[in-house]
Amino acid sequence: MSLQSPLGRALGRGSAHQGVAHWWVQRLTAIALIPLTLWFVLRIAGLPDYEYDTVRAWIATGWHPVWLILLVGTLAWHSALGVQVVLEDYVHEKGIKVAALVTSIFLHVLAVAAGAYAVLRVAFTFTAG
Amino acid sequence: MAEFRLPANSRINKDGKVHKAPAGSTNVRTFKVYRYDPDGGENPRIDTFEVDMDSCGPMVLDALIKIKNELDPSLTFRRSCREGICGSCAMNIDGTNTLACTKSCDEVKGEVKIYPLPHMPVVKDLVPDLTQFYAQYASVKPWLQSKTPAPPDRERLQAPDEQEKIDRPSACILCACCSTSCPSYWWNGDRYLGPAALLAAYRWIIDSRDDATGERLDALNDPFKLYRCHTIMNCTEACPKDLNPAKAIAEIKRMMVEREHL
Repeated sequence: MSLQSPLGRALGRGSAHQGVAHWWVQRLTAIALIPLTLWFVLRIAGLPDYEYDTVRAWIATGWHPVWLILLVGTLAWHSALGVQVVLEDYVHEKGIKVAALVTSIFLHVLAVAAGAYAVLRVAFTFTAG
Repeated sequence: MAEFRLPANSRINKDGKVHKAPAGSTNVRTFKVYRYDPDGGENPRIDTFEVDMDSCGPMVLDALIKIKNELDPSLTFRRSCREGICGSCAMNIDGTNTLACTKSCDEVKGEVKIYPLPHMPVVKDLVPDLTQFYAQYASVKPWLQSKTPAPPDRERLQAPDEQEKIDRPSACILCACCSTSCPSYWWNGDRYLGPAALLAAYRWIIDSRDDATGERLDALNDPFKLYRCHTIMNCTEACPKDLNPAKAIAEIKRMMVEREHL
């Protein structure tokens, strides 16, 4: 039971004066993911076989590590923004909401770090043999 | 977490009453109507009304008025103009939010199911509490804010094409069909302004006589007030006046991003 005026409640704490960047980056990453994902799927599908050395050799070839790191980063960024929206939409219990939002950010950053490390390690250590 | 069931005191019980059509009726249609009496202490129920359409007008509102006159005077609903301009009789008919006065019974196949607007507190029967909806409308300052003094000898002029831009958005009757059909409004209606209030905001943002465009955009630049809209389009689908709140919201988002990035 609150005696706050309906208008006061509707105005709430006012505008956060941000939200454009979130919307914009979500779309930029979506656009970037189209060529990155297509490239990844088509090239993987086109590999002669999926032996350990074949795949490692493919990862270490030319610009492939760059595209792969961009793919991991863009995908994680896009996913982090999307998961945030889903949590804000559906999770309303304050404690669970805060925990979920924080966990999501940490897991996405972890995914980027682990993915980038894996690609770089293959790129720098693979020698044909 | 998200709530998947209605609160215990809002679940529909099985004690709906059945009102038979008078004997000898030939053209009978069945109306299933949501009933809730705040003073009765009971959960909502669905009453069944059989209406002889030979002695009833064509619209759903005609049937509701006939039911109230002849079958159950306690049935409560809002209505006024009966021609789609006051917005009072907005309700959920056959699963879609619309105006009872402009919805023909013939458009509905089988039983006509009538519920109050979704996800609003129910005052009684088909009457929802729209206090928050109106407050959100007021919060976008739906009036002219000009820093230019009005000409002393005439009204503020507007070119025909400038007037055309606000022509359709101005036709909103605030019936709340759009906002209460929007899942984002259901889950976050306390913070998301909803399509009706955003359409009103848009109407003033693009008004060539209004000088507060920047302040209006500032006030909407918020993850919840504006950006809960995920372009679900239920609003445009539901609007009984054939307006396009989804497009208005998309235009606001476009103006935001142009102001900041393009």
